[in-house]
Amino acid sequence: MLRTRPWIPYLYVAPAVALLGLVFAYPVVRVIDFSTKLIRGATGPYVGTLNYRLVWEDSTFHDALKHSALLLLAVPVMLVLSIFFAVLLYERARGWRIYRSVLFLPYILAVPIVGIVASYIFALNGALNSILRAVGLEGLALDWLGSEHLSLLTVAIVIVWREIGFGIILFLARLLSMDEEQLEAARIDGAGWWNRLWYVILPELRGTIEFYVVVASITMLAWVFAYVYTITEGGPGTSSTVLELYIYNQGLRNSLPGMASAVAVVLLGATVISITLLFIVRARAQREDVVA
Amino acid sequence: MTSRVRAGRVARQAVLLLMALLTLYPVWFMVSTAFKTQHQYLHNPYAVPWPLSVANFGDAIHGGTFFLWFKNSAILTLGSVILSTLAAALAAFAIARMEWLGRSVFLAISTALMIVPPVVMLMPLFILFTNLNLVSTYQGVILIYAGLTLPFSIYMLTNFFRSIPHELLESAVTDGARHFAILWRIVLPLSAPALVTLVVVNGLWVWNELLIALVFLPSDNLKTLMVGVTVFQSRYNLNVPVTMAGMLLASVPMLLVYLFGQRFFIRGLTAGAVKG
Repeated sequence: MLRTRPWIPYLYVAPAVALLGLVFAYPVVRVIDFSTKLIRGATGPYVGTLNYRLVWEDSTFHDALKHSALLLLAVPVMLVLSIFFAVLLYERARGWRIYRSVLFLPYILAVPIVGIVASYIFALNGALNSILRAVGLEGLALDWLGSEHLSLLTVAIVIVWREIGFGIILFLARLLSMDEEQLEAARIDGAGWWNRLWYVILPELRGTIEFYVVVASITMLAWVFAYVYTITEGGPGTSSTVLELYIYNQGLRNSLPGMASAVAVVLLGATVISITLLFIVRARAQREDVVA
Repeated sequence: MTSRVRAGRVARQAVLLLMALLTLYPVWFMVSTAFKTQHQYLHNPYAVPWPLSVANFGDAIHGGTFFLWFKNSAILTLGSVILSTLAAALAAFAIARMEWLGRSVFLAISTALMIVPPVVMLMPLFILFTNLNLVSTYQGVILIYAGLTLPFSIYMLTNFFRSIPHELLESAVTDGARHFAILWRIVLPLSAPALVTLVVVNGLWVWNELLIALVFLPSDNLKTLMVGVTVFQSRYNLNVPVTMAGMLLASVPMLLVYLFGQRFFIRGLTAGAVKG
């Protein structure tokens, strides 16, 4: 540690504190405050839980909540696919460097651009359906964007398509830094591919898996606005509306900042709870490790 | 080689090839459609574009203000990455190298902020910035982006600064260097890998951000590239080839950066996560 006069360190953290205060602390305090008020302009009268009751009675909110929760189901899909392809690349399949560059490419493309391109590919008479019809799979040429039953699935497919590149290079980087002796020993002992994956590779990846699950869950809950906005705008109807879009629509399009703030508080709560749960699970797993 | 091993290899290649095709198809769709005429596209949306038509790019450049959007995005990205990195370097230096009350609490809170979704802060920030006349200004949005990327920057730099051997700083102290000089002349030059990571991760995030840019930069002459492409898309909605030409133009900067700096991208994005 460097010796300093006692006030020096505070000088060093002051800019960071000011920025975090402006962008996080003040807004989070205010959003809780706003959620209990009838906001007109910059403030308004206290209305208790009225905004929360209005939100609860709004069926669009229930849809948005359900859709955000459903998107979390994409996390295990992304996890399994990422690990699977990372392991294939790790085994130095022929051309693995080229495959790595290709599979990571979507992550470089901006989400709004990906969303717009996807909205043409998945259109009723778009490229996907034209290809399906041309190869005789007419039954699969569905109304990906126009059907209330499919629009959320389509959004999820696009999200997985782009985000999986990050998962693959993340797990690959971890595998490349792994000690190969154990794997070699397992191979010499005659362990098959699945056994090596299950007993040698997965335990090594555990920390990275936890990290990835946290990052991917946050993405699904709170970072998908740009996808939904560019692919379906939440429609048709409310069939692909998620919490983020609901907050944006209520707060800025419908000028109901009170209701938007109430949902923001709910979203913040949901994020904090899910992360806390993950950490509890992790702490428990580590304790069991020590005992075993 | 046994036939079972060979079958495994073939299966592996088949799976990887299929995945590569699925990954590349949307990119191919964007690129190929951009070179088609409207007639060619409507006739067959997936055929190879032949003869090549480059008129779409002229229409796209004419119909959108790509250079303006590009400039706005570049200013915001540069400004917020610099501000975030500077504020984080100062804070991380104090956390990693100085003794003070509240040090670990500050780091814990700052790190926890990484999970707070930006949309939570949207309404209060918008109302505050409206009152401060910061809506539709570069400065306002640079402050927001720098603040949103700060927790990750602090976390990353603190870890890195802690790993720098103490002796390197000790000798500078005995030479009488001031603390700021130690940070500037010794610590930061040694932290190049961490700084590259920050520039890549934060720069990519700011460049691609849509929600904040949409809400805080509504005026036409301040729109970012990401907001610009959504405006462009709704304007040319029915002319798919021109829309795709616009999307391709908008992707060029990042594709070039990726092409020439792939190593930094991959290393930057995985650093910090790969520690077991």
